Amino acid sequence: MRTQTKLSEQSGNRVQVALIGCNHNTAPLELRERVVFTSEQAMYAADELRKRGILEEAVVLSTCNRSELYGVPGETGGSTAEAMENYFISFHKIPPKELDGRLYRWMGTDAVRHLFRVAAGLDSMLLGEAEILGQLRGAYSQALDHGSTGPVLNRIFQGAIEVGKRVRAETEVGARPMSVALAGVKLAERVFGNLKGHSALIVGAGAVAEQVVEHLRNRGIGSLRVVNRSYEHAAELARKMGGDAVEWESLDAIVGVPDILVASVGGTGAVLTREMLDRAIAARHGRPVFVVDLGVPRNVAADAAGLYNLYLYNIEDLGEVVEQNRKARESEIPRAEALISEHLAKFEAWRTALEAASIVDDLRDHFQKHREMVIREKLGELKDVSPEERARIAHITEELIERVLARPSQRLQHGRGLRGRLAGIEALRHLFGLEEKKD
Amino acid sequence: MAHHLGSLSVALYGISLLCYARNLYSPHLCLGRLASGLLAGGILLQYFDLLERSRWTHSVPYNDLHGSMSLFAWLLGITYLGLEIFHRQRSVGAFVTLLLVVWMALLGLLAPPEVPTPPPARGVLFALHVTLNTWAYAAFALSFVLSLIYLVQDRLLRSRRLGSPFWRFPALDVLDRMARSSVYVGLGALILGVVMGLIWQHRLSGGYSWSDPKVIVTLAILAAYVAYLWLSRSATWRGARAALFCAVNFVVVLFSYTVVNLYFTKFHRFF
Repeated sequence: MRTQTKLSEQSGNRVQVALIGCNHNTAPLELRERVVFTSEQAMYAADELRKRGILEEAVVLSTCNRSELYGVPGETGGSTAEAMENYFISFHKIPPKELDGRLYRWMGTDAVRHLFRVAAGLDSMLLGEAEILGQLRGAYSQALDHGSTGPVLNRIFQGAIEVGKRVRAETEVGARPMSVALAGVKLAERVFGNLKGHSALIVGAGAVAEQVVEHLRNRGIGSLRVVNRSYEHAAELARKMGGDAVEWESLDAIVGVPDILVASVGGTGAVLTREMLDRAIAARHGRPVFVVDLGVPRNVAADAAGLYNLYLYNIEDLGEVVEQNRKARESEIPRAEALISEHLAKFEAWRTALEAASIVDDLRDHFQKHREMVIREKLGELKDVSPEERARIAHITEELIERVLARPSQRLQHGRGLRGRLAGIEALRHLFGLEEKKD
Repeated sequence: MAHHLGSLSVALYGISLLCYARNLYSPHLCLGRLASGLLAGGILLQYFDLLERSRWTHSVPYNDLHGSMSLFAWLLGITYLGLEIFHRQRSVGAFVTLLLVVWMALLGLLAPPEVPTPPPARGVLFALHVTLNTWAYAAFALSFVLSLIYLVQDRLLRSRRLGSPFWRFPALDVLDRMARSSVYVGLGALILGVVMGLIWQHRLSGGYSWSDPKVIVTLAILAAYVAYLWLSRSATWRGARAALFCAVNFVVVLFSYTVVNLYFTKFHRFF
C-alpha cells in the first residue's frame, strides 16, 4: 500500500509521536464518511491500540473532514505507523486498495507540527475555521478522561490547544466571515452593533436566506418576519426559525419596519423598488436600513443603492467580501506558521530535556552491566582477593561510572543549542548501540 | 517634580496608545483593560502635574499656554474614559490616545513647562468658567474624532472596500451614540461655563460684553451643536450628514480656541 511517509520514523527516539489518518485533501467525502469514529468507537479504538501494544498512549480525532489516530509507539517493535494503519483498515473494514494513497503517516516532530496546524485551522477545508479547535479539545478531553493519554500526548494536545487559541487571538486567520450568509450578518453588525433588539424581514425563502436567518437568530435578533409569495412556505420557515409569517400583499406596508432586509426570491426581477425603499426609510424617520439581496436576478432595484442611509449588498458584493476575507486570511498564514514554530520549539526543548535524562540512565545501565560482567570475569580469576577488597573494587568502579557520566549529563541537560543537544543524544545512542538494545 | 509627572503621564498615554492599537488589531479583554488602566494612570499623573502648577499660581492652570493645553488634554482623557465606560466600547481608544499623545508632544514643543507667573486673583466663578469651557472644547474634540471615524466607516461600507481596520471599528450606531454623548457633555459644560462667565462679569462690571468676538463665537458654537443634536435625530440628516456637520462644527471650535483667543478678543486673551 502506498502511503505518504515522512522521515524520522526509525530514529529510535524515546519520546516519539506517531500519526496516521486521512482528511479532505487526501480522501473524498464518500470515503471519509466510512472512516468516521463515533465517540464510543474512538474510546474503543484507543483501548485496543494500547491493549495490542501498538501504542502506549492514544487519541482519536474524528470530524467530518478528518479521521486521525495519534499515539506514542509501544514496545512492539517494527513499524508503529504500519500497525496503526492495519488497525485503522481492519476497524473500518475497508479493502486496503480503497485507502491506497489516501492515508498520510507522520512521525515525531512532523506529527506534532501537523496537529498544531490542525488546531490552528490551517489544515481545515475552510481556512481558520473555529469549530476544529472545539472538536480537538473534545477528542482530547474524552481520551484524557478515559485514561488513554499519557505525558507525551497530554503535552502535545495541550500545546495544540494553546496554539489554536493564540493563532485566533493574535492573527487574522480566524477573523472575518467566510460565507455569504455570515458576511451579510457581520456587515449588518457593522451598522447596528449588537443585533439584539433589532428586527429583520426575510423576503422569500431561499436556502441562503435560511442560513442568514440562522446567523441572525444566533445573534439574538429581536424580531423576525418572513414574507413569501407562498404563505405556506413563509409560515414553515417562520415556524422553523421562531418568527412570524406575513402575507405577500402586506410587503409594501411592512417594509419600513425592519432594520435588516434579506431578499431571496427566486426567478423574479426587482421585488423591492427604489420607491418602496425610499418610503420605507421615510417611515423609519431616516434610521438606516441594511439590505442583503441574495436573489439572482436581483430582487432589489440597483438604483436603490444610492438612497441615503440604505446599505445594499447583493450576492456578488457579498461574494467579493468573502473573497477579500479569504485572501486576508491566507496572508496571515506565515504569522500563524511562526506561532506554530514557536510552540514546536518549546515541545522540542521539553523532549530534549526528557531525552537527556533518559540517555544518561541508559548509559548508566549499559556501563553497570559491563562493569558487573568485567568484575565477575576478572575477579573470578583472582583467588587471593578478599571479600572486603572485592567490595572496595566494586565501589570504586561504580564511582568511576558516576564521575564519567557527570559531565555528559550536565552538558546534555544544560548545554547550548537544542539542535546540538539532540544531535549529541542521537550520537550517543548510536555509538553505544542503545536503540538496538531498546528494539 | 511636576515636570517629571507630566513626562510620566505622556509615557503612560504612549503605552496606552500601543495597547489600544494592539487591542484594535487583535482584541483581548486583558489587553483592553490594561490600555484603559494605563490611560487612567496617565490621567491621574497629569492631574497631580496640573495640581502642582495650580499651587504655584494659586489658580486653575489656564493662564499660560502650557497649562491651558495640558488642562485640555487632561479633560479630553477624562471625558473619553467616561464615555468608554458608559458605552463599553474600547475600539476608538487608539484614536483618542493618539490625539492625546500628539497634543502632548505639541505642548512640549510649543510651550515647554516653565514656572508660570501667578495671574491676578479672579475668584472661583472665573476659574469654573474657564475650566468648564475648556472641558466643553475637549468633549467637542472627542465628538470630532468619533464623527471622523463614522464618516470613514460609512464610506468603507458604501464603497465595499473592507480592509482590516473596517472589521475592528465600532458599529456606525455605536459611533453615532458616542458622538452624541460627547456633544451632550460638551454642551452641558459650555452652557454652565458661559453662565458662570456671565455671572462673574456682571458681578465685576454690572453688565455683559456681548460684543466681544469670543462671546459671539462661543454662542455660535453653542447654537451649532444644539443644531447638530436636533439634526442628528431628523429623518434627512441622521447618519453621515450629521457626522459631517459635527466634524465641521469642531473647525469653529478650533478657530475659537486659537485664532479668536490669540488675535481677536482682548477680554478673553489669557496668554
